[in-house]
Amino acid sequence: MLHRFANPTRFLRIATLVQPWMAWSTILLAGAGLYLGLLSSPADYQQGESVRIMYVHVPAAWMAMFCYTGMAVSAGVGLIWKHPLADIAAKATAPVGACFTFLALFTGALWGKPMWGTWWVWDARLTSMLVLLFLYLGYIALANAFDDPSRGTRASSILVLVGFVNVPIIKFSVDWWNTLHQPASVIKMDGPSIDASMLWPLLLMAVAFNTYYLWVLLIRIRAEIVANKIRILRLKQVHG
Amino acid sequence: MDVIKEFLDMGGYGGYIWPSYIVTAVVLIVMLVASQRLLKGNEATIKALEPAKKEETGEEKT
Repeated sequence: MLHRFANPTRFLRIATLVQPWMAWSTILLAGAGLYLGLLSSPADYQQGESVRIMYVHVPAAWMAMFCYTGMAVSAGVGLIWKHPLADIAAKATAPVGACFTFLALFTGALWGKPMWGTWWVWDARLTSMLVLLFLYLGYIALANAFDDPSRGTRASSILVLVGFVNVPIIKFSVDWWNTLHQPASVIKMDGPSIDASMLWPLLLMAVAFNTYYLWVLLIRIRAEIVANKIRILRLKQVHG
Repeated sequence: MDVIKEFLDMGGYGGYIWPSYIVTAVVLIVMLVASQRLLKGNEATIKALEPAKKEETGEEKT
């Protein structure tokens, strides 16, 4: 089943069909999420209006980890089964994941200043998110550092898999170490501890970020498949 | 007018909330546009290369 869709030509056909759905889903979900998050949801009883930063900060942080997990799975599939589309998916995800990580850090700093009195602290959650940003940037640099793209893919895939150890560290850092960052309030064993009036805009924005990611991912995978074809054509021209 | 002012002020946190939303929107839109331009650029390049390939192999356009 997976192998059927993993054929680049078939994938291109499916991607062209799915892409508009992702685009419209992103626009509609983000519109609804922004309306509820900025206008309809209440201020927090402790944090006041500043809680509204949550509706972009938390989805960005979730997507930063989601993208990296996706990259690790793709890199693993690429390394083990040598599947070209898996490597392409990992490469296409990296810049989007880096953007989400940057946004999580940036919006976190803007939320931290009024709530904690500081833009930044070197605690486990913030530091492990910064490490995640460097892992993304390291992956992008390494993937493009070799003349032979297959060597770059192999080296960068190994880096992604080694760096995956950071993802559970990010998730559980608030439980394992003392931190200014608040613990999980949505993804918990005993259910969310956040009121529905705030949970809905948060979930809508999270799904909107997810469909945005899929939208951009499809575009970037299509671009990468065409780039590979260009590379092959140029090599054929050079070698006759 | 006061309603808009109050909304933008966000209980005194407007200076933190609006930059969060604006920078998020800008980063995500720039990433989307850059990806779309990358795809269009690659598609234009391959279109330019393919006729050359067909000429070399003696293929005719159908």
